[in-house]
Amino acid sequence: MVVRFAGDSGDGMQLTGDRFTSASALFGNDLSTFPDYPAEIRAPAGTVNGVSSFQVHISDHDITTPGDEPDVLIAMNPAALQADLHRLGQHGLLIVNSDAFEARDLEKAGYATNPLLDESLSQYRVVEIPMTSLTQKATEPLGVKSRDAERSKNFFALGLVSWLYSRPTEPTVAWVESRFKDLVKESNLAAFRAGYNFGETSELFDHPYQVKPATLPAGEYTNISGNVALAWGLVAAGQLAKLPVFLGSYPITPASDILHELSKHKHFGVRTVQAEDEIAAAGMALGAAFAGHLGVTTTSGPGLALKSETLSLAVSLELPFLLVDIQRGGPSTGLPTKTEAADLNIAMYGRHAEAPLPIVAAYSPGNCFDAAIEAARIALKYRTPVILLSDGYLANGSEPWLLPDAASLPDISVPFATETNHVADDGTKEFWPYQRDPETLARPWAIPGTPGLMHRVGGIEKEDGTGNISYDPANHSTMVHLRAAKIAGIADDIPLATVVGDADAEVCLLGWGSTWAAIDAAVQRTRREGTKVAWIHLTHLNPLPRNLGDLLRTFPHILVPELNLGQLCRIVRAEYLVDAKPVTKVQGLPFSAAELESAIKEVLS
Amino acid sequence: MNVPASDTMIPVTSKKDWTSDQEVRWCPGCGDYGILLAVQMLMPELGVAPENTVFVSGIGCSSRFPYYMNTYGMHSIHGRAPAIATGIAVARPDLDVWVITGDGDALSIGGNHLIHALRRNVNLTILLFNNRIYGLTKGQYSPTSEEGKVTKSTPMGSIDHPFNPLAVALGAEASFVARTHDLDRKHMMNVFRAAHAHRGASFVEILQNCNVFNDGAFDDVTGRQAREEMMIDLKPGEPIRFGVDGHSGVVMGSDGQLRIVQVADVGVDALLVHDPSRADPGLAFALARLSHDDHSPTPFGIFRDVDRGDYGQMVGAQLAAASEKKGPGDLTSLLRSNGTWIVGS
Repeated sequence: MVVRFAGDSGDGMQLTGDRFTSASALFGNDLSTFPDYPAEIRAPAGTVNGVSSFQVHISDHDITTPGDEPDVLIAMNPAALQADLHRLGQHGLLIVNSDAFEARDLEKAGYATNPLLDESLSQYRVVEIPMTSLTQKATEPLGVKSRDAERSKNFFALGLVSWLYSRPTEPTVAWVESRFKDLVKESNLAAFRAGYNFGETSELFDHPYQVKPATLPAGEYTNISGNVALAWGLVAAGQLAKLPVFLGSYPITPASDILHELSKHKHFGVRTVQAEDEIAAAGMALGAAFAGHLGVTTTSGPGLALKSETLSLAVSLELPFLLVDIQRGGPSTGLPTKTEAADLNIAMYGRHAEAPLPIVAAYSPGNCFDAAIEAARIALKYRTPVILLSDGYLANGSEPWLLPDAASLPDISVPFATETNHVADDGTKEFWPYQRDPETLARPWAIPGTPGLMHRVGGIEKEDGTGNISYDPANHSTMVHLRAAKIAGIADDIPLATVVGDADAEVCLLGWGSTWAAIDAAVQRTRREGTKVAWIHLTHLNPLPRNLGDLLRTFPHILVPELNLGQLCRIVRAEYLVDAKPVTKVQGLPFSAAELESAIKEVLS
Repeated sequence: MNVPASDTMIPVTSKKDWTSDQEVRWCPGCGDYGILLAVQMLMPELGVAPENTVFVSGIGCSSRFPYYMNTYGMHSIHGRAPAIATGIAVARPDLDVWVITGDGDALSIGGNHLIHALRRNVNLTILLFNNRIYGLTKGQYSPTSEEGKVTKSTPMGSIDHPFNPLAVALGAEASFVARTHDLDRKHMMNVFRAAHAHRGASFVEILQNCNVFNDGAFDDVTGRQAREEMMIDLKPGEPIRFGVDGHSGVVMGSDGQLRIVQVADVGVDALLVHDPSRADPGLAFALARLSHDDHSPTPFGIFRDVDRGDYGQMVGAQLAAASEKKGPGDLTSLLRSNGTWIVGS
């Protein structure tokens, strides 16, 4: 990952970059730095010629990052933006000091219009922070004059970036204490802490998705983050289903970007409502589904907990409904900006009574697009709520993505009911809302506005077929079993599990979700060293592929790497009576390939 | 609210067309029967079709209502009906969406959804059956129960201060707010008709008797003997007065408070003239708070009826504007919108 600090030569950018480098070195990262001083030391302040930059290239030694374009640019003024923006990679994170974008500053930097106000920065992830005034506010209680406070704003930037990349604060604090004295020391420390805390409280974050394949297959590529891919997948799902998309959502890190992205695509007929709470967001989406839209709600862990009652109703109503959960560290607020994949249990079991539903999991940023379409396909075809799991790592990470051919994407449309489907004993034609398709066990989807098919649905148990309220014991048993059988039967409609690597290996890794990248690297490396290893990666977690049990039983050792304490591992042990072993990590960070490599070696030794 | 979906023909229906084949299961004598009848009798008058009508409810005695209407319907989750109905109404502005709820459903567990549906002005007709008690769970106090109320969960009397439903709705700046009661079918039908005609969120409180757990709660106001002296009939454009021969009336004091006076003491010209179309909800709020209990003169009728944009239509207008500007969405263009590059074979 490459971070570039850019500001006026008087802004102390070299100092800032240098401190970030030191903190990174202490953190155990490989790194290289690239200071970039202005040619004219005394160039006028605020001009492009006066820009001073410092670039840091940090890399986890397991991972190779291509090129040297910055992933993050911190621009302290318009001149810095003017000078260095061309270096920032596509979708790069651009953090600007918005206080420095007054008309005079813009003019000095050669901007005719304010780039923060037009669309010229739309291909970057722009974060505007009034660093100057926040630094002034932070240092005011110390008695620092606002003019002097401005000199500490580079420490605000340093604090912010230290938060963003989990750098330790102690070495910087110690260094400031040794280097500066009195009010300047206190002012710099206050600014540093303010920047760090701003990152934390505003839940600012960046998870560079770091693994990139060495050689890409031929084709047309774009760089895409998981959340954007997921949002586009939802737009595509609406097109492929020939249905308007309705998103009910409540802001929550790290899912909000899907709401933002979908809000831009109204010309696709996408309706987005920012609801009053997570519960309402789910309720609105379910209401829209009843009315004939592709109803979607997006959230993260705590929101999923709140939507549980709506999921249960959706299971009972048997309506298509899509819930997207961008997992983060938990429980409770936990680590909102850090990744984890510990919501599998709540996705599987987090509803009262017997309420099974399908679960789909994305495995890479680009795959979020396909996963969204697949989740929508299952929801529509089987008239069921579906949970789609992504996580913070995929959501904010990005990768080169081979564009799919829009024309070759699957048709996932389903017909609405338009006719009665039952004849009563007296010959009257009736509509039975719970008369099922014998193959899929899905009930008809009859939407308001359809003459003759008026019907009522609700949370109370329904009589098989008619859908009328029923408290009959045998009927309840029938309905519980039918709902379960419908979900279990989806196993016939999803791909079989496939083994990557050596089918005759002693050990098989069973993965799901974003562990894909690290497992891929670990498996490749282990095999290069001459050790046989197999790998199965699941995209469907409920129901599981039909052949999974048989496949797993062929391996003496099964390792299940998960960013939780072994949730999938317990499922496969219970389902298949295999001696699967968990490999777990709950640090808010993804696995590194090395960690998995050593887990493989350990089990084989 | 009444946009016929398909054509300009006004559907001709009878009460029978609006009545489902389900047995009505409320307790004998429940006030809900009268409300159901008023709605079923009103629907044919509205010139709308059952297939374009949706009734959504939460949980509670009143929330069984959708099962008895031969329309599309959903008996949903406790408190969530306004949210679910919002999804339906925003997705499909062509539909008539009614919300049936109670005092516990709308004001306790679902309070948040109610105020936000009203704030957004979603095109819903919300009928709140207020019986000041939890009936389905057999007799606990509700958010509209009076202080001191002795129930199963308040053996020493309730110490909760109750909500005034109309004040809550007006606080959320609901664009249509009215009150009626279960003993006067004609009054109910008139209020429901106006609520249905209003574009945006309409909120109607119906004082409803629970003859099992809170019998006679409103007798002192709506009982046949009490009505003339205790019910204040709000008529747009007319001075607010009530009682035999209109002997009492409502005036605004110099402190801004509304007071009940004898008309003979102040003269008719001093009385407040009712105007539900007033943009500021302040006066309607004061009227809603005129009565503090069930034993004093209480206003009925339409408190507020103002035009404010219908949320679902505004959502649709943004979609139309976006299509106008960008043309219909094209997936291939979307996928290329962040720039692409070619990797050669």
